[in-house]
Amino acid sequence: MFETSFTWNDLKYMLEGAWITILLTIGAMFIGSLGGLVFGLLRAIFPRASLPLAWVLDIFRSVPLLIQFVLFNAFKSIVGLDMSVFMVACLVLGVYSAAYCAEIVRGGVLAVPLEVRRASRSLGLTFMQDLRYITLPLATRVAFPGWLNLTLGVMKDTALVMWIGLIELLRASQTIVTRIQEPLLVLCIAGLIYYIMSWVVSQVGARIEKRWQQDD
Amino acid sequence: MFDYTFHWRPAFRALPDMLAGAWVTLELAALSMIFGVLIALALTLARQQRNPLLRGVAVSWVSVARNTPALFQIYIIYFGLGSFGLHVNSWLALLIGITFNNAGYLAENFRGGLAAVPDTQIRAARSLGMSAFQAYRLIVVPQLLRIVFYPITNQMVWAVLMTSLGVIVGMNTDLTGVTQTYNVKTFRTFEYFALAAVLYYLIAKAIVIVARLLAWRLFRY
Repeated sequence: MFETSFTWNDLKYMLEGAWITILLTIGAMFIGSLGGLVFGLLRAIFPRASLPLAWVLDIFRSVPLLIQFVLFNAFKSIVGLDMSVFMVACLVLGVYSAAYCAEIVRGGVLAVPLEVRRASRSLGLTFMQDLRYITLPLATRVAFPGWLNLTLGVMKDTALVMWIGLIELLRASQTIVTRIQEPLLVLCIAGLIYYIMSWVVSQVGARIEKRWQQDD
Repeated sequence: MFDYTFHWRPAFRALPDMLAGAWVTLELAALSMIFGVLIALALTLARQQRNPLLRGVAVSWVSVARNTPALFQIYIIYFGLGSFGLHVNSWLALLIGITFNNAGYLAENFRGGLAAVPDTQIRAARSLGMSAFQAYRLIVVPQLLRIVFYPITNQMVWAVLMTSLGVIVGMNTDLTGVTQTYNVKTFRTFEYFALAAVLYYLIAKAIVIVARLLAWRLFRY
């Protein structure tokens, strides 16, 4: 009963898939954080003028990620862009996470009391200085848990890229399942790897959060 | 550069079938939400118990549901359960997977909501002669649902978006499944999926609007 044809090479193959998952998460979160910062600031500072932006970002949150992948992949072929699947996956996930991150950044900036910003302006700071030294550091502390949650969410959503043909952790385990026909074991190992990755990220996040709270 | 002509007509001809698929999607999401809310309530209560077994099950349910991808959960149910001789079809696998996921996320929301209902109210209800079950049913749960109404709406939208994962385990009756069936027949990928995206967007917006109307009607006091 406890015999298995699961070999070390299979585990290595799955870990390679996990590495792709990690790379994708980092790439997507890089794009997503930058985009989210810009969009979120625009949304917080010019609520009226950036209303169309909110509608556009809302589309990315209301359409399934799977369909966004398929659509962009098809669109890439139509336009004739020469991009690797990894780049496509990174870009779509990045835009998707930017849409969420914008909302998080906006919430963080709006959580800074207006009096604090007025005080900093009346002490002679310029708008940019106020943003850089007062508002953003305060907003970061508020927005960080949400950002961390988003990172964990994006890491789980990378599983969907298998549909456009990138071999990440879940696809790798599926390949192995097809070969050795032991779905439960292989999938449990994949789940364990996902669980450990999530756990590490959330532990690191909790530590950073604690350290930041000591400064207050 | 642009060597492609869009053919929207076949996509629009598929619209009736896709609308039927959208209905299946909505039904599936609603079912998973109903079961999800019920299980999440049970999990929330179980997490407060002293019994280590009950609490252990609830805590591990929530942490597994929140720390692994939804697609992985559906995979485990669709492929993994076969090891126990349980063969579920893709519809059921999708329903169970999404319900599992919903319950985990909702339980986490409910815990926050439960903390907002003062403990003294349960004691007051008990001293007025209600049984523990009555106190929960008549006092705690109504207030809890009011607090977590917005997260529930959000989760409902999420559930609709998650049903699109069914296509990976061979579901062909929901919106994405129908779209994919047409796609493999004609290879007009962009047109079909663009239409599906519009439909998903409309469903998501409809849910938000209905929830807002409901909230306006339910929470007037």
